[in-house]
Amino acid sequence: MSDYLAVTDDDLDVMLRAIGVASFDDLLDAIPEEIRMKGALDLPAGRTEQDVMRHLADLARRNTSCDDETSFLGGGMYDHYVPALVDAIVSRSEFLTPYTPYQPEISQGGLQVMFEYQTAICELTGLDISNASVYEGPSAVAAAAYMAWGQNHRPEYVVSEALHPHAKATLRTTAHGWGGRVVEVPLRDGVTSADDLAAAVGPGTGAVIVQQPNFLGAVEDLRSLSDAAHRAGAVMVASCDPIALSLLATPGECGVDIAVGEGQPLGNRLDFGGPSFGFLAATSAFTRRMPGRIAGQTTDADGRRGFVLTLQTREQHIRREKATSNICTAQALNALAGVLHLAWLGREGFVGLGELLARRTHYAREQLCAIPGVTPLHTRPVVREFAVELDGDVNAVIAHCQQAHGINPGHALAADFPGHPNGLLVAVTEQRTKADIDALVRAVRSALGATVGEVAV
Amino acid sequence: MPASTGNPMQDEAVVTIYERSRPGRAAYVAPPPDVPDVPLDDILPPALRRATPARLPQVSEPEIVRHYVRLSKRNFDLDSGFYPLGSCTMKHNPKLHERAAALPGHSRLHPLQNDTHTQGALELMFNLQHALAEVSGLPHVSLQPSAGSHGELAGVLLTRAYHEARGDAREIILTPDTAHGTNPATVTMAGYTVVNVGTAPDGGVDLDDLRAKISDRVACLMLTNPSTLGLFDSNITEIARVVHDAGATLYYDGANLNAVMGLCRPGDMGFDIVHFNLHKSFTQPHGGGGPGAGPIAVSDRIAPFLPVPVVARDQDGTFRLDHDRPQSIGRLRGFHGNYGVFVRSYAYICSLGAEGLRRASQVAVLNANYLKALMARPGIGEHLPVAYDRHCMHEFVLSGGPMKRNLGIRTLDLAKRMLDYGYHPPTVYFPQLVDESLLVEPTETETRETLEGFADAIAEILAEAAVDPDVARNAPYTTPVRRLDEAAAARNPVVRQPMD
Repeated sequence: MSDYLAVTDDDLDVMLRAIGVASFDDLLDAIPEEIRMKGALDLPAGRTEQDVMRHLADLARRNTSCDDETSFLGGGMYDHYVPALVDAIVSRSEFLTPYTPYQPEISQGGLQVMFEYQTAICELTGLDISNASVYEGPSAVAAAAYMAWGQNHRPEYVVSEALHPHAKATLRTTAHGWGGRVVEVPLRDGVTSADDLAAAVGPGTGAVIVQQPNFLGAVEDLRSLSDAAHRAGAVMVASCDPIALSLLATPGECGVDIAVGEGQPLGNRLDFGGPSFGFLAATSAFTRRMPGRIAGQTTDADGRRGFVLTLQTREQHIRREKATSNICTAQALNALAGVLHLAWLGREGFVGLGELLARRTHYAREQLCAIPGVTPLHTRPVVREFAVELDGDVNAVIAHCQQAHGINPGHALAADFPGHPNGLLVAVTEQRTKADIDALVRAVRSALGATVGEVAV
Repeated sequence: MPASTGNPMQDEAVVTIYERSRPGRAAYVAPPPDVPDVPLDDILPPALRRATPARLPQVSEPEIVRHYVRLSKRNFDLDSGFYPLGSCTMKHNPKLHERAAALPGHSRLHPLQNDTHTQGALELMFNLQHALAEVSGLPHVSLQPSAGSHGELAGVLLTRAYHEARGDAREIILTPDTAHGTNPATVTMAGYTVVNVGTAPDGGVDLDDLRAKISDRVACLMLTNPSTLGLFDSNITEIARVVHDAGATLYYDGANLNAVMGLCRPGDMGFDIVHFNLHKSFTQPHGGGGPGAGPIAVSDRIAPFLPVPVVARDQDGTFRLDHDRPQSIGRLRGFHGNYGVFVRSYAYICSLGAEGLRRASQVAVLNANYLKALMARPGIGEHLPVAYDRHCMHEFVLSGGPMKRNLGIRTLDLAKRMLDYGYHPPTVYFPQLVDESLLVEPTETETRETLEGFADAIAEILAEAAVDPDVARNAPYTTPVRRLDEAAAARNPVVRQPMD
């Protein structure tokens, strides 16, 4: 077995003698006899490195990854191309193995990355201040709600029906702690209606939370929704896809107070759902309510430019029960992957990627909806993902596409949107070419034919 | 810019990636257009579009690589040197884990893939759930929380759900005055009020104070054992009895679990809820501040409330994500947790096995006690006495109070001078209970020579301070930057690159 230890019998002798005990067990004299483990843990015996690698590879082979099929799955995480330089940089020991930068003099690399990351998030969102990351997307929504709670102590959170189902669930769970509750505004033709929202908000509304583009892929009119929130004195929160922000009006331009989102599309692996990072940015009015680490610029004793963790009087290690959040370890390495991906895409490349996705998504929706038995769930503008309703069992269609065509056509909506029992959410990335999209269309046509008893093509 | 110091790292100008930007440069080459070139206005009306592009840098690939490689060299890291940061368990991060986690079957698996196509991942998670249940002595596990503080939040929300299901409204949570700051911050987020419990002279929980403060208004006592002083609380079963008699739950902060794996178990001590820091005891690299993972294990009475989904195994041996748990508190995040972290921690558990985990904790305790003994030698002991003179577990606390009085240097100065000697300092000024404290956690993966070298360095720094305390007061000298003005940063926050 590998145990990564170095203590020899000689070492043990020397060390025990220096400590002044006869045996290791003497060191445990504070542990009462009745709670000491008598036997061994019920776990398999240790294994060699090569055995463990083989076992982990066997498990990996029993998964169907995006290398094994042409995947149109999205719903919060997307199969974007991760440039090779991301792997090369994030695997460097100097970024991979330090702790949180408590000693800034020997952590300038990590602190400057945070500063550069915060800048990128401010640029994407059009807001004043970003922290250095939170855990991931849905819990970032809950973190934004807690900021609003700190600001206005109003217990009701009015959310769009098309906020990510996991974000809604996370918000419900978390807000219950501080006595908050969640109210949902239904969709009209795929988007949140500003009129319905205006009717739902009131003096008890702490925050309005919508998603851009929403879970069904539709681009929301953030400006009118922000206006409705602000008329009721509520904080406006938008959960945004970071790549869609290459094209879409920024949260800042639309009057949003706090923008959050899932950072995985920026340089992070799918990893079966994590780790990735969440981003969180706000207007300067919320500076003292921000959760988590923030890097700031300063100078050293000789006047050199440098970076430190700053505004720390917000944080748990200083403020304890009065902290703006309990967050400590967040997602520094994943945020580094994000800033690397953005630097690689560059100012023009980022916009170009957004346009490419918008055109391919538009094409895919047109082609799929030309199949008899496929109708769009809404006709709103889409930029990376869209939803359709199938005239046939969606799970049978998915299974057929996977088995007969090696294509995963998307995510079934029924579990979260019971009103769409055969709804399918289809995501497009730069890794899915026109040829892939055409193959998807053939597969779905064949599947719908097969599931209604016709001969598959 | 100050005059040259002869240190190339210090002489190098600090430039951000944005300042390297030049119009017309780029790394990315877009795929050739293949779908019809529909005008963008027809797809996305101008009213929904941003006015100006995000001002991302315009840089070539070689520049990006060189920029971030240079930045990396301005970091100290665990692979370069000793990192005895107390309560952080900076043990070796095996390289195997990175290779295993990068396998496409793990790293390119989409979280919304059907259960039938993720059997390998679900089996891995199921096995990890079992291993964590075994190590903690608590049978039911959720892998979902993203880090230790997230696990704490899960634990306190579970406590709330447990009491509410019994119609028992409670409003107070007790934490020891030595607790990590995340404990009280979590309590507030979950809608409870914090009351501190004092520490007895031997470093354990003050039982009299606990008895005075426990009542039917107390929902939970949050504790870590060994405590943040590195001491095992021998009264733990009595503490558990007092807490349970009052109907409260007992929560175990797993930050210090590395001391007890295979030696004793929180479940056997009487804890109801435990969180693990997979980025501490189970070797997930810290990444400069994440990612981590904070799974929780709970007793039978808490199990119905666990977050969804959990991984279950059916009679026929297939694995599935179980969402059908009517009393669940719900979700704490998207998808199924930090799976990439699970792969690494599972690989670690497979490598060590039952005996290896026990051995790891034994050597962690041995190394800590040996280093503590080295700290008692003349030249160190009179300036940095150990705060509690008993056998420690995996870490111990020194007080820099005498050093301040004898030599005129503070713990901060000592820590900064250690940087010049190539060491990451211990945790400083925590726990707050001890004057000028240093919390030292060497971990099991360090050699005896490393511990001795560290002790020698401290002796040298103290001897040097006896001659001229200004050497330490003005340290460090050899790092990429010298002492930084944190007050100025907070007074006038510059938290993003200014753009023209």
